[in-house]
Amino acid sequence: MTFNQDNWLLRVRNLTKIYGEPNERTLAQTGPEFGSNICPETESIVACADISFDLYPGEVLGIVGESGSGKSTVVKMLYFDFEKTFGSAWLKPYNNGLIDILQESNQRKRYIRNNLMGMVYQNPRDGLNFGFSSGGNIAEKLIMAGQMNVGSIRARAADLLTKTEVPVQRMDHRPGTFSGGMQQRVQISKAIANNPPLLFLDEVTTGLDVSVQAKVLDLIRELQTTLGIAMIVVSHDLSVIRMLTDRVMVMKNGRIVESGLTDQILQDPQHEYSQLLVSSLL
Amino acid sequence: MNILEVNNLSKVFKLHILNNKKLEALADINFTMKEGEIIGLTGKSGSGKSSLMKCIYRTYLASSGEIIYGSKDGYLDLVKADDHRIIELRKNEINYCSQFLSVIPRVTAVDVVCENLFRIEKDKEAARAKAKQMLEQLALPGELFDAFPVTFSGGEQQRVNVARSIIASPRFLLIDEPTASLDARTKDVVIDMILSLKRNGTSVLCISHDEYALDRLCDRRIDLQFGRINEVEIVE
Repeated sequence: MTFNQDNWLLRVRNLTKIYGEPNERTLAQTGPEFGSNICPETESIVACADISFDLYPGEVLGIVGESGSGKSTVVKMLYFDFEKTFGSAWLKPYNNGLIDILQESNQRKRYIRNNLMGMVYQNPRDGLNFGFSSGGNIAEKLIMAGQMNVGSIRARAADLLTKTEVPVQRMDHRPGTFSGGMQQRVQISKAIANNPPLLFLDEVTTGLDVSVQAKVLDLIRELQTTLGIAMIVVSHDLSVIRMLTDRVMVMKNGRIVESGLTDQILQDPQHEYSQLLVSSLL
Repeated sequence: MNILEVNNLSKVFKLHILNNKKLEALADINFTMKEGEIIGLTGKSGSGKSSLMKCIYRTYLASSGEIIYGSKDGYLDLVKADDHRIIELRKNEINYCSQFLSVIPRVTAVDVVCENLFRIEKDKEAARAKAKQMLEQLALPGELFDAFPVTFSGGEQQRVNVARSIIASPRFLLIDEPTASLDARTKDVVIDMILSLKRNGTSVLCISHDEYALDRLCDRRIDLQFGRINEVEIVE
């Protein structure tokens, strides 16, 4: 297998999200060197700016940084939850990576989301419909992607719940009656229901107790090794990043301050903020 | 063909959180390594052996200089290569066996050993059988095969670590103190395993303080002192 630089799965360039009314000096006056993402002139907020990277098939990329550094904003724009302010993204399995997915119509965006991406949110209420059963939530994703046969939908849902260790007997129960760890596993089942090549994970273990956290992390690793799904893992927890990712981007005040191989960032961090972050690791 | 050419390599750590203090770990490192050669890296603790190895593996970013690696697809500079290229080389060609086992929690000893093998051997049970055989040779007690290495003794972890780094016959092996904390018999088994890799073409850079292991393994030795090459010795 020879290395091919055009083999990327997702390519992102200059992705930027600004809230408020920026002027032409906003970007130049915000960021880590100013210790703030608020423009001093216009008070517009630069949630993230100039985010560029390539993600390869099967690769796990981490985004790490403190609360408010913009890491969730990046994945939420890529999953079309938020509108971008500037920037472009291309996804290889969608028109061979020739069309900027962020410019597409809402209808096309829904297609991409339902067929080529999965998202697991920190709060299961963002990813699951609590009015539906756990099986119904998985079915929703399959139906959105065009599957119609009730029997095969139910079989697929049962299969996914088994894979994520949710008792199949609880397929017809609503997620509101589940524990936090189980809700998270249902959310993961739903996210991977259509075998997407790309999965976003936004602080998925935050707020779970350690043994449940371990089970969720093991599940994600298992999915990665057996299905080879590429993932973007957003976390403020360096242990999660160390366990799951090959490469990591460190964010501060809406900008990437450093990116590199995960072991390099953890053992030889270059940027002042990355050094502080790593030295804070317990 | 050279597997490695290190030219004017230096490594300085700049510690922002300690008032930008600078620590020089390596300077003026120059050496080449032939394909299939075993080079022993010696020197006192703190002389820069592990830093040099980590620069080659790209766990550390070199501050200046080049590390030219002769890959299957031609030469490239490991200092400047794209992260994705390094990830691919780590999967397919270069393996690093650190001094201490660091593994994913809740993975059994056998599966830890198989990690690299699973990539090339699709039959998981065949891979596991090979791993068990290797662990048996290394005299790891059978009841530990399906246990989690976190709870193992230092010597037991060491054996798991060595087995996982050589099982998939890497093209280039970086190995840090492979015989430390092993008894004499197991030490010989490890040395024989490394020598058998060499016969199949693997190039090995090996850090060791163990004179016996160095004598049996190395074609050449490079001795480091204060981050610089002190002496290069050809072992007869």
